[in-house]
Amino acid sequence: MTMQPASTEIASRTAAIIQELKGLEGPLLPILHGIQEEFGHVPQDALPVIAEALNISKAEVHGVVTFYHDYRSHPAGRHVLKLCQAEACQSMGSDAIAAKLKQLLGIGFHETARDGSVTLEPVYCLGLCACAPSAMLDGAVIGRLDDEKLDEIVAEVRS
Amino acid sequence: MGLVQEIDYGTPASTSEKQVTLTVDGFTVTVPEGTSIMRASMEAGIAIPKLCATDMVDAFGSCRLCLVEIDGRNGTPSSCTTPVAPGMVVHTQTGRLKDIRRGVMELYISDHPLDCLTCAANGDCELQTQAGVVGLRDVRYGYEGDNHVFKKNDGAENFKWMAKDESNPYFTYDPSKCIVCSRCVRACEEVQGTFALTIEGRGFESRVSPGMHQLFIDSECVSCGACVQACPTATLSEKSVIKIGQPEHSVVTTCAYCGVGCSFKAEMRGDELVRMVPYKDGKANRGHSCVKGRFAYGYSTHKERILNPMIREKVTDPWREVSWEEALTHTANEFRRIQYQYGRTSIGGITSSRCTNEETYLVQKLIRQGFRNNNVDTCARVCHSPTGYGLGQTFGTSAGTQDFDSIEKTDVVMIIGANPTDAHPVFASRMKKRLRKGAKLIVLDPRRTDIVRSAHIEAQHHLPLKPGTNVAVVTALAHVIVTEGLFDEAFIRERCDWDEFQDWASFVALPENSPEVVGQLASVDPEEIRGAARLFATGGNGAIYYGLGVTEHSQGSTTVIAIANLAMATGNVGRPGVGVNPLRGQNNVQGSCDMGSFPHELPGYRHVSGDAVRDIYESLWGVKLDDEPGLRIPNMLDAAVDGSFKGLYVQGEDILQSDPDTKHVAAGLAAMECVVVHDLFLNETANYAHVFLPGSTFLEKDGTFTNAERRINRVRKVMAPKNGLADWEVTQKLAQTMGLAWNYQHPSEIMDEIAKTTPSFASVSYDYLEKMGSVQWPCNEKAPEGTPIMHISGFVRGKGKFIRTEYVATDERTGPRFPLLLTTGRILSQYNVGAQTRRTDNIMWHSEDRLEIHPHDAENRGLRDGDWVRLTSRSGETTLRALITDKVSPGVVYTTFHHPDTQANVITTDFSDWATNCPEYKVTAVQVGASNGPSEWQIDYDEQARNSRRIATLEAAE
Repeated sequence: MTMQPASTEIASRTAAIIQELKGLEGPLLPILHGIQEEFGHVPQDALPVIAEALNISKAEVHGVVTFYHDYRSHPAGRHVLKLCQAEACQSMGSDAIAAKLKQLLGIGFHETARDGSVTLEPVYCLGLCACAPSAMLDGAVIGRLDDEKLDEIVAEVRS
Repeated sequence: MGLVQEIDYGTPASTSEKQVTLTVDGFTVTVPEGTSIMRASMEAGIAIPKLCATDMVDAFGSCRLCLVEIDGRNGTPSSCTTPVAPGMVVHTQTGRLKDIRRGVMELYISDHPLDCLTCAANGDCELQTQAGVVGLRDVRYGYEGDNHVFKKNDGAENFKWMAKDESNPYFTYDPSKCIVCSRCVRACEEVQGTFALTIEGRGFESRVSPGMHQLFIDSECVSCGACVQACPTATLSEKSVIKIGQPEHSVVTTCAYCGVGCSFKAEMRGDELVRMVPYKDGKANRGHSCVKGRFAYGYSTHKERILNPMIREKVTDPWREVSWEEALTHTANEFRRIQYQYGRTSIGGITSSRCTNEETYLVQKLIRQGFRNNNVDTCARVCHSPTGYGLGQTFGTSAGTQDFDSIEKTDVVMIIGANPTDAHPVFASRMKKRLRKGAKLIVLDPRRTDIVRSAHIEAQHHLPLKPGTNVAVVTALAHVIVTEGLFDEAFIRERCDWDEFQDWASFVALPENSPEVVGQLASVDPEEIRGAARLFATGGNGAIYYGLGVTEHSQGSTTVIAIANLAMATGNVGRPGVGVNPLRGQNNVQGSCDMGSFPHELPGYRHVSGDAVRDIYESLWGVKLDDEPGLRIPNMLDAAVDGSFKGLYVQGEDILQSDPDTKHVAAGLAAMECVVVHDLFLNETANYAHVFLPGSTFLEKDGTFTNAERRINRVRKVMAPKNGLADWEVTQKLAQTMGLAWNYQHPSEIMDEIAKTTPSFASVSYDYLEKMGSVQWPCNEKAPEGTPIMHISGFVRGKGKFIRTEYVATDERTGPRFPLLLTTGRILSQYNVGAQTRRTDNIMWHSEDRLEIHPHDAENRGLRDGDWVRLTSRSGETTLRALITDKVSPGVVYTTFHHPDTQANVITTDFSDWATNCPEYKVTAVQVGASNGPSEWQIDYDEQARNSRRIATLEAAE
């Protein structure tokens, strides 16, 4: 009954998303996607609202959200750069690429630059093994990473 | 004696009729189709190694220890998830399997502490056992690197390590010992149905998480303990086991809380109770428990328990501890003096629904044989007396028609005025399991109780009727069934009187019983009533479960009759999955009624006016019995105020707190000259007592309890009575002191007398119970194995009787001064007047009674959540704190009655059921307003209670 204004705001925006997607078969994942799109992450305050609406327990929602790495608990930077660290890319030198990128951006994996420009994340296979090492910037895949491409990426996220 | 060992078959039993034969390690075994290889193998006596499997939950296949090889199949399938097939040839122990298992176990142990010697589960750890089973001799991986075991890795903080969660008062969660087998998560989901646990994260990050990474106490956990029982390691451990150590022997007994009557193994170390573990063979609970039965037994050793008899001249004097002999002689002399002075009928007694059948039988025998009158009553008066009357009239027996297993065949569950998830939690879990499998649910309740909507359960129809309108609404359901032609004509013609049905049908079809009219006065949507009626009549097997929300009304008996009518009209009596089922409040309320606790009935519900019945007892007891019914509790109190009733023996009931209109009860008790309270604690009634006889707990005596499904369960002594005597011995000594020649050596002899004199118990004996585990009465020549389901080929009374159920609104009405309706109930963690549960750590969940009020009504009165409010009715007033919630409808407020300092019954009125005097607890017109603190009455009461509990320091010790 006595919710904080901020969470009331989250609750009402969450409720609207749930309303829209509730009719789907297996609506939990689409709803979580919708929420991540709306807020840029999945706010903790949204979970009880989802649980109540779908008539499942808070624990179940928590279990699902934490299972998928793509659901963020905190907002990401303006850009999200995912660097593949799976076997094929590793064999093509992704470790070195990662080290270089971390140095260029000044952040490690799972970190966001101080200016909020970019979040760096490892990913385990983009299905782009033929063009390894690969990455994904804001949803667009980039193959055959080399120093030149890294500079381009850094320039783009800094712009 | 040793521990009672139960075999864990690994996966649940299959219910298939078809049998399948296979070979396991060269042995042939035949099992029902659908059985897992693991279970089949266990049936053959071969235990396949396992960690994530246990037969309380479905197979999961995650631990990879139970792998087997099957001729003609590739790979090594897990035996828990692979069903048997005809002619299958299974090998459970091959070189390949041995290697795999040892490898898997090595990985488990590489992330598990090696502190076995100091671990609470030492000796009862499946991980330890399985490590031994697979022959693990070495862990090659070492303990460096990532782990969940150590707080620090090489001096640096280990962020994967998590501290123990000790927030629950009864068990701890130690994540460092967790092997993530998910047994706890699955037990919470499948067995308890709360879904409070999950596995968070994935891979090496996977952890068991209560709620959303919360502490157990802050999560949705209801502390039923199923997870603790399921845990194969020390991750979830009872604090009592941590403190005391592993038990060395166990005794199967019956829980002494609600009417579900769960069977438990009391696991002991010497005479110290280590823990209560629900017994898988218990037919009422099938291996499940709730927070009360499993954990809330601490009251038996609470410091406030009284262990010595006490007497005093006046209730304003302090108590004086005396010997048993002095207390009993004093009591006998007083009772005889009062009878000499005021007449034979000036004394009486109250039997207890908390005590055993045998003890109850003795108390009524003492009154009938010793006091020579029928002034005996029991607390069922204030709960299920209308059930006795209503079902007796319509069906011919004063009891529920089904066993609890029946729910597994039910298609439509109708719950009326009952809150099973709080008051009958173990049965609620079984009910929820059935609902998750697709059964439909209809709930009639003024409140939106948890069963109406909680994780994975949702009622198709919730009729939030106004308190006091049960009869109208249930009759409206019948109206729809009759006018829309949904009744079961074949059933009615065969089992009931067709003319009576037609008379009833013409009555319910009257326009004033239509949902449209009734909906108005009950504040329910008529379409919901119609929908519910159609669903119940056409949805398959329909079962009605009801509670005190039905009986505790001025028309309680009428509602019970209306329910019986509904069941008969739809043909829902006499087979599995259907029936009319009162959810009994107390462990032995069924039994205490069976044992002749009512002033008009001898044991077995036989009226005292029947010469043949009296003959049986007169020839056995050697006295002439009174053929006139005696006084009911309210009559005793009235007579006391009038000056004609002067002495009372109360065994195990706190009438001052539990009975309505507290001031009247207090006045009645104050007017008596000898009030004898026989109880564990100085309860509220004891404030007005002259003699206190200390009682014994269910752990300290032998006997039987009869649960809501008429099941007679053994109660077994696991320790000597701390007060020196079991309750039956106290009553016997009192009888002997009063000159009666009783000489029972053991409660089994009392049961023999009951069986000899009561036809429905004729075949019951302790030997027979030992053999059968438990039986449901009637148990006699006609039904040698007892009667799980009643009225199978016809009603006990002959033809089922339809009776008109005219709705008469209660005289208790709202008006300008008292505009809200108060209704009362229970909460999960507390039990009734709370004498026991308040003296356990269950107070963590419910430390005070709160007044639930709708936000709308609260706003009108300027009340905020947690504010102190004054609750006023025509009878009295009290204060408590508000809890603002939309679980109650506008115009309705609700509170519990677990705490004596709230005394909700100061508020309730003396209106009662027309047939049985069952008080109308569930409807009181009240006003609610802001308050600064306790009412004057509460302050006075508190003062008086404190004074009357003084015990004089011993002068001359015995």
